[in-house]
Amino acid sequence: MIRTAWLVAKKDLLIERRSRVLLWQVVPFGAIALLLSGLALGPTHAGHSSAGPGLFYLVMLFVALLMINRSYVIESTPGTRASVQTLGLDPAGVFLGKSLALCVELWLSGLVLLAGTVLVLHTALHGALLALPSVLVTLAAMAAAGTLYGALTAGGEGAATLLPVLTLPAFAPLLVAGERSFSAALTHSGLWEWWLILAVALVAYVGVGILLYGVLEES
Amino acid sequence: MIKQLSQRLLGPVTLLLLVLTFWLGLWVTPPDRIQGNLVRMLYVHPAVAWVALYVSFGTATIASVLYLWKRTRSGTLDRVAHCAMEVSVVFIVLTLITGSIWGRPTWGVWWAWDARLTSTAILGVLAIGYLALRRANDDPVLRARRSAVFAIVSAINVPIIHFSVQWWKTLHQGATVFTSNRQLLVHGSMAWTLLLSFLGFTLLFFWLLRARYRLEVLREETQRATLDLALEMRQREGAR
Repeated sequence: MIRTAWLVAKKDLLIERRSRVLLWQVVPFGAIALLLSGLALGPTHAGHSSAGPGLFYLVMLFVALLMINRSYVIESTPGTRASVQTLGLDPAGVFLGKSLALCVELWLSGLVLLAGTVLVLHTALHGALLALPSVLVTLAAMAAAGTLYGALTAGGEGAATLLPVLTLPAFAPLLVAGERSFSAALTHSGLWEWWLILAVALVAYVGVGILLYGVLEES
Repeated sequence: MIKQLSQRLLGPVTLLLLVLTFWLGLWVTPPDRIQGNLVRMLYVHPAVAWVALYVSFGTATIASVLYLWKRTRSGTLDRVAHCAMEVSVVFIVLTLITGSIWGRPTWGVWWAWDARLTSTAILGVLAIGYLALRRANDDPVLRARRSAVFAIVSAINVPIIHFSVQWWKTLHQGATVFTSNRQLLVHGSMAWTLLLSFLGFTLLFFWLLRARYRLEVLREETQRATLDLALEMRQREGAR
């Protein structure tokens, strides 16, 4: 399972490195979305706003949707899925590999956008650094959930529009928990219950994905 | 014989129970000491929420789990899950509407960013997402598998809704009918009316589920017949 996961993750990350979609399309999209969020708040409210963590996660959510869609579009070439199935790869390993690749991509975009939040929305650097572990856990949970929902919609009619409808409700608790733990880091107050929710969500989505991904891949 | 009789009686018994609930709730039971006549909404809202969250969503989830289990996999279970989820959407919307009607005079707002309200609304979106997912796949096996997985994953939200009033400080009240020690908090005609409403709305769910299931079977038969007819016509054209 681990070997398959490593192979699939490496394959997805190599495709991403060669195509540079993350660098030239997704991250710039996130940056412009963050700037627009600041403009929507208005110049007087944007700087040092308490809405900073919420806006960061909202933008990350849109970025995650793009990345999930992308993660399955790269396999939409006719015959790709069928050849993966005939290779007899462990579905749990495929799920873990795709989640891992998506997680790395989200972490990279997250780091850039976190820096953007500090620069544009004047979120305290020290608080942002304290919030970094919770941001990484939230994005990992988003990656696991996103991989599962991406597989549900892959190849279906209107997959790109269906994906947000299915994924956004699942991301809602992650958004709330992530925002609260980020805000707690900014005010230096511990909110362990939100950390716990994030950890439980991560474990739950990885567990459900390992168990059910095979059902979705069955021919 | 018993099966046929129970199927025939389901509709009339449901109607009788609901009429009794409305009669007792509107005319026989007394107004509440604090809420006044507003309490009458509570003979509808908790029962509708019970059906939405536990009975219908539960039926859809159990049918989905059984569908994914290879030993019990059948088209009937997929159909049951689909039909139960459709009925669930109706009851979730009714839960939100009746809750809002009660909330406006009690809390002063139609909607509050409360954990239970928000999580229930999210469940509604998930149920609609389930129906959208079914429409997106033409292959019946793929459709059944994907929607079953989605129903199971979405069911995680049900315990969150249930325990939301304990886990977070919410505007929505906690357990109202029973205390944590399982002691009854509602008495007399109010308790009986509440019990009847739970029974009536639960039976209404099963009646609606049965009707929707029969409709689905008929739809599939019509689709099959239309396809057969088209094939036959094509064959005749070829023979000429």
